[in-house]
Amino acid sequence: MEPRQSYQWAQIARSSEFIKLMKKRKKFQIFSAIFFVLYYFALPVLAGYTDLLNKSVFGSINGIYLFALSQFFMAWILAFIYVRHANQLDQTIEQIKKDLSKEGLS
Amino acid sequence: MAFLFFSIIVLITLLITYWASKRTSTTADFYVAGKSISGWQNGIAIAGDYMSAASFLGIAGIIALNGFDGFMYSVGWLVAYLVVLIIVAEPLRNTGQYTLADMLAYRMSRKPVRAVAALSTITISTFYMIAQLVGAGGIIKLLLGLDYELSIIIIGVLMIFYVVFGGMLATTWVQIIKAVLLMAGTVILSFLVLSKFNFSMVEMFNQVSERYGQSFLEPGKLYKNPLDNISLGLALLAGTAGLPHILIRFYTVPTAREARKSVVWAMLIIGAFYIMTTFLGFGASLLVGQDKIMLADKSGNMSAPLLAEALGGPYFLAFISAVAFATILAVVAGLVISAAGAFAHDFYANVLRNGKATESEQIKVARYGSVGVGIISIILALLCKNQNVAFLVALAFAVAASANLPVIIFSLFWKRFNTYGAVAGMLTGLLSSIILVIISPNVMEASAIFPLKNPALLSVPLGFIGAILGTLLSKNTTSEESYTELYVRANTGIGMKD
Repeated sequence: MEPRQSYQWAQIARSSEFIKLMKKRKKFQIFSAIFFVLYYFALPVLAGYTDLLNKSVFGSINGIYLFALSQFFMAWILAFIYVRHANQLDQTIEQIKKDLSKEGLS
Repeated sequence: MAFLFFSIIVLITLLITYWASKRTSTTADFYVAGKSISGWQNGIAIAGDYMSAASFLGIAGIIALNGFDGFMYSVGWLVAYLVVLIIVAEPLRNTGQYTLADMLAYRMSRKPVRAVAALSTITISTFYMIAQLVGAGGIIKLLLGLDYELSIIIIGVLMIFYVVFGGMLATTWVQIIKAVLLMAGTVILSFLVLSKFNFSMVEMFNQVSERYGQSFLEPGKLYKNPLDNISLGLALLAGTAGLPHILIRFYTVPTAREARKSVVWAMLIIGAFYIMTTFLGFGASLLVGQDKIMLADKSGNMSAPLLAEALGGPYFLAFISAVAFATILAVVAGLVISAAGAFAHDFYANVLRNGKATESEQIKVARYGSVGVGIISIILALLCKNQNVAFLVALAFAVAASANLPVIIFSLFWKRFNTYGAVAGMLTGLLSSIILVIISPNVMEASAIFPLKNPALLSVPLGFIGAILGTLLSKNTTSEESYTELYVRANTGIGMKD
């Protein structure tokens, strides 16, 4: 195990790469959180206060069941999008780490 | 027959424990399997840790008896993982060793924060465990005819054994095996159910509608008050990301990238499982019938086993019963190890001993802690015989949502947040959840002062408000430096001790 390094945290935090990373990360976190919270709570609200989706779609399968089912696919798709996004951010993080070792900040 | 399957499961898990015990010598081995678990293994283990017998037997029963509302109930269990994936998992992995408090300790004074975090962790795990054990006693009695007391003692002793001797490595593999068995059982059951309806969901839904009326497929049978359902949804969404036995799993992988991968694996498995509860539930209501389900157990817990018997005879019933048994074991083992970690790592090593405890002392305390947590839970579960404790699961989620999540979010994103805020937030969340449940219909029934079964709708905002007030009313003690350090570490993983 290498000895514990001390880093110039403030310097890293001020670097343009890090600021760019956080801007992208926060933007994704905020937009996706707003989206999935609204999408999810639409289910108990629509189910509890309206009968808008009770119409049948396929035989006895109605809209509200399909909307509930769609939540699973929403979660999977959003997770997939996040992973693609995060993999891109990983490259920025690698860049920050590379810059660090170049500057010998340890 | 069921006994044979049960014995095989016990034998295999004990062999794993023996194998794991030879590989468990340091504290990192004990708490987090030496951070050696790969992303996909951890994903399966998270699923195994999370999908409790209450999900497997309970949700199938709720759907069989209440139709659509039962399925709506299952949705939140998956969507909650988006909070885990997008907000919590990676920063936590980047900043912690074994527990949630490790992250907080970067910015705050160690002792009070660790003490309160340990309190909240142990409370959540104990509530959750009592609910699991009491449910397990009832289920094993139905499945095997064993006494309630004997069932609980068998499960309790096994869970202590896995954790004390095999640590996190044994716990992980018990969870993986359980998840594989549970998925296999659920897939086979679903396939058999669908085969009765020419593999047409429309056909199945039409028959449900014919027999129980179209209203059975519409909302309103279970949740008379929509706010109950909204409050429960909030507890799941905000609580899953604060459950200690789920959080500790993120420390068992080597990197944040693997942590991310493990959540995705867990989401695939958990989502597939909850979608299939439709087939189990509606299948049972048609192929077994509500009368027969209610006759076996009023709350519907026997739907899935009875469905297995109807479709595959006694052997399949025995197999599904064994799956339920493995399910219980995996979940309670995960709970014991997370509670023991909080006790030994946060409370003993860092609060009592100021971080000066040696490796071997810590392991010893962690093992004693596991035995202690296990025995206390067994005793409490024995005392709760014939009590309806299902609300304890809701309470555990509510505490996790109200005490842990606000503090996790503020320490990652709010510069001014300080020790007072963290302690105030956790205590407000913890106490308000417990008090609101005590004055709710769960405990006070008709004379309830607070109308909702799940307190989250009020207790989560209270947890946030507690954290905000605690911070703003105290002196600004934040050191810019420590916040910056946590902020950079959490988001990049720089400085992680490998």
